[in-house]
Amino acid sequence: MKCADAITTFLADYLDGTLPPEVRADFEHHLDVCASCVAYLRTYRETIAMAAAARTELGDVPEELVQIVLAVRGR
Amino acid sequence: MDAVQQRQEASLVEQLRKGDPAAFETLVRTYMPMMLRVARRFMKSEEDARDAVQDAFVSAFRSIGSFHSNASLSTWLHRIVVNACLMRLRSQRRRPEEDIEAYLPRFREDGHHAQPVENWTETAETILERSELAEIVRAAIDRLPDTHREVLLLRDIEELSTDEAAQALGVTPNAVKVRLHRARQALRALLDPYMRPATT
Repeated sequence: MKCADAITTFLADYLDGTLPPEVRADFEHHLDVCASCVAYLRTYRETIAMAAAARTELGDVPEELVQIVLAVRGR
Repeated sequence: MDAVQQRQEASLVEQLRKGDPAAFETLVRTYMPMMLRVARRFMKSEEDARDAVQDAFVSAFRSIGSFHSNASLSTWLHRIVVNACLMRLRSQRRRPEEDIEAYLPRFREDGHHAQPVENWTETAETILERSELAEIVRAAIDRLPDTHREVLLLRDIEELSTDEAAQALGVTPNAVKVRLHRARQALRALLDPYMRPATT
């Protein structure tokens, strides 16, 4: 397996656990010999975790918006 | 949701269906924080986020009669506000979007990486501790082309399934999978310069 196939074609299904067993074995064999693909896999996983970690959780709820929505309901 | 919460919710839905103004106020005050958080993730301005929440409540008020109690109000309203954001984003889309190819990994003709890939020193845990890193991640998500940004938000942030995201976007599940992988790769490329060890 080449890096281009591992990263472009198989990486997402590998993480989803949906690769057929023989392809998964080829993919993991490639990881055994390719430090760049190991680093890519790690940083790809970290990207997903960072996107979730950085999601906006803060922020107030303006009373003005509550009143607008209630006024719309009352119309 | 425990049995008490289920009974409270069923009672609230009953009052909403009867048109009780107090029940509508309870609904708005209980769920607006969650809905505004979602809208702020999708929309790039506070004004657009508030407008999307308003659209969502109007839609919810109109369709409370079709709410099925096998879903929770929270899940139902989450879907409604996501759809309101997607509709608003779609209506705002004017320019042809940026090509994502520029952010995808490059390979040599023999299939190897064009450049060695480096590990990162920063992690998702450090994001939680350092607000400037969280801001970098949010800004990078906002730089993604819209069709890819929406898939990433739906799948990795709002945690919809592939099928649910496909339904919300009106595309096939396979299109969602392809766009999600490309969106993650592009986001990874945009974050890479900030997350690698500092060079001396």
